[in-house]
Amino acid sequence: MDRQAVNHESLLDRLRPHVPWGLTTPREERGRSIIFVTVGALLDVLGAARDRLGLDMLVDLTAWDRIPASPRFEVVYLLGRAGSADRLTVKVQADGDPPRLPTATGLYRAAAFAEREVYDMFGVVFDGHPDLRRILMPDDWEGHPLRRDYSLSEEPVEFHGHTPKVPSAIIPYFPPGSGSGSGGTTPPGGPQP
Amino acid sequence: MIQSERDVERNVLTTTVDRVLNWARAGSVWPVQFGLACCAIEMIASAASRFDIARYGSELFRASPRQADLMIVAGRVSQKMAPVLRHIYDQMLEPKWVIAMGDCASTGGLYNNYAVVQGVDKVVPVDVYIAGCPPRPEALLHGLGLLQNLIARGATARQLR
Amino acid sequence: MKSTAAGTGTNHAEGEVLTLNVGPQHPGTHGVLRVVVELDGEIIRRATPEIGYLHTGIEKQMEARTYLQNVTLVDRIEYLASYNEEMAFYQAVERLLGVEPPPRARAIRILMCELNRIGSHLMFLAAGTLDVNVTSVFMYAMTDREKYLDLSEMLSGQRMMPGYFRPGGVAQDLPDGFVAAARTFLDGLPGRLDEYERLLSDNLIWRERLEGVAPLAREDAIALGATGPVLRGSGIAHDCRKLLPYGGYDEYDFDVPVRAEGDAYARYLVRMEEMRQSRRIALQVLDRLPDGPIIVDDRKIALPPRAELARSMEAVIHQFKLVSEGIHPPAGDSYVATESPRGEKGYFVVSDGSNRPVRAHVRAPSFYNLQTLPAMIEGHPLSDLVVAIASMDIVLGDIDR
Repeated sequence: MDRQAVNHESLLDRLRPHVPWGLTTPREERGRSIIFVTVGALLDVLGAARDRLGLDMLVDLTAWDRIPASPRFEVVYLLGRAGSADRLTVKVQADGDPPRLPTATGLYRAAAFAEREVYDMFGVVFDGHPDLRRILMPDDWEGHPLRRDYSLSEEPVEFHGHTPKVPSAIIPYFPPGSGSGSGGTTPPGGPQP
Repeated sequence: MIQSERDVERNVLTTTVDRVLNWARAGSVWPVQFGLACCAIEMIASAASRFDIARYGSELFRASPRQADLMIVAGRVSQKMAPVLRHIYDQMLEPKWVIAMGDCASTGGLYNNYAVVQGVDKVVPVDVYIAGCPPRPEALLHGLGLLQNLIARGATARQLR
Repeated sequence: MKSTAAGTGTNHAEGEVLTLNVGPQHPGTHGVLRVVVELDGEIIRRATPEIGYLHTGIEKQMEARTYLQNVTLVDRIEYLASYNEEMAFYQAVERLLGVEPPPRARAIRILMCELNRIGSHLMFLAAGTLDVNVTSVFMYAMTDREKYLDLSEMLSGQRMMPGYFRPGGVAQDLPDGFVAAARTFLDGLPGRLDEYERLLSDNLIWRERLEGVAPLAREDAIALGATGPVLRGSGIAHDCRKLLPYGGYDEYDFDVPVRAEGDAYARYLVRMEEMRQSRRIALQVLDRLPDGPIIVDDRKIALPPRAELARSMEAVIHQFKLVSEGIHPPAGDSYVATESPRGEKGYFVVSDGSNRPVRAHVRAPSFYNLQTLPAMIEGHPLSDLVVAIASMDIVLGDIDR
């Protein structure tokens, strides 16, 4: 089943000579080749991947909030090659208020919508993006919803004389490493509404 | 030749103008195309030949709200869509009715979060709610039948308030 | 934010450019999509899709639910291809867990994914032909889709949104009569597809409206991140079932249709052939359907069989923990590329070892396919806009999530 592991070695070996100093050792994890880069080296690595390795497709661009870890945001680029199984995952971690990254739209036109979505949902600003504005939320929305400290904003059902719990408070949350019974009903992330 | 009052009762149908109008309105309720999400697929299925909403009078789903009298809100209403929904509702001419099809339109459904309006009745007055996720086409037809009974009786959500 | 009906004229040096707003409520946009077009006469000079009218906050809500509860949310993202969606999600979760479903479960999953592909492409036929006003094919395709929906209902109880897959397998075994009903559907399919081809491929109006319309060049398709029939209609043989096989797809023989023309007609032909290939895979699955368990045997992932609960205290404890807590995938992240009817779908799932995902991101094929709209439509008449959107076969739930 793990045919996805076939091309790792050659891919990473081919990338190694072109990789600038701001890069950590590439590795293979769960069927994917992954490299971590610094913000400054990001465009160089993406350019090398596109021009030297032939990874001409930006398959996916997304981010996640690692709070309370620092740096807070990890932006993940999944590069691929049309008609081939070659894939490379590039991860970059960013911090700041707002966190800033260079835009990949110069290299991959597919990044246009995806970077707008990361900006809308996380507040990561992509310098040089031709049209960086909100894409999923209304234009005048405040806040970046997918950040972990942004409340899910659940509305309790209206009852007469009683306010029931919202669903997240009822669904049990068991933190990592919990045994039976040590979990409670506190949702992770931020403050309750 | 009319001999007596009994003959009149047997041969002449009397009613009020309102009842005739309501009977006509109930018999040909034309919805505006307002399919938003998954419920829209079941609404399209109800318009197709197996369930055939046309035999209930909803022959055509009009694209323009000015030519429709029913808005079937089929799907989840997001924050960005709510003003648009109100705008389309305002463009419909009286008399008009609203069916909230599915759980998301009725109450926000599965999604109790920042992005979904918890029930389209926060935006427009609703006459009939249909539960289901998505409701089967038969459920939509049942809801349409309920609405037709309401229309024929002359009662709507706004009048009941 | 209000949608305006008619346009506002702007005087440009070369002529008058009319800015017209199409949608979000529009019969031809396949959902709540808004396209702002700048017209020079009938020719579109610029088209800008605006999305977000169906944004549901699913990705955030998935962070507040357990992995089992998320199957209901996942169903409703690409609502025409729910089985494929569940497959994509649980492939990523099972990659984190490090388990593989048993052979019978893999076979059932592939069977339902391929039947769903057929159902989804029938919906493409129905909605696409309705846009071009070939209403009879709309009726016929919806009737055939009803047969697929009957199969789905027989299996999972629901026409759409089945909620049938589980981590490590599927929820229930195939009911009696399902295999026979599936064979009946699949045996009747080639005749129906031939009928559609007779009605459409030889139809002058259909060909005039689709041939040469909404062309997408090879380089644009790759650069803009298109996948699925949009990419295969522009000449690139890219199918995740073949290149990056998952879930047991490498055990079955099938071809991947590719056409080089890049227009709407090519995409239509690709989808018609894909339905035949899906039928081929489904028949192979039915012929070889292995016996055995339908979910993995790990008590930390799958519920113990009912009979065991009466005998074993361990089983009761596992049942209790699984129902109250759910599964705890090890910390890390995973992504598995799967092929949905619209293109590459994958879930980027991040786990921290708790019973809820830290992040679940959907790589939505329609999100990237929609970016090809300006490339397809600029310089072409306005009437091609609806055909372009129909030929991309987008699902707004997938785009906006």
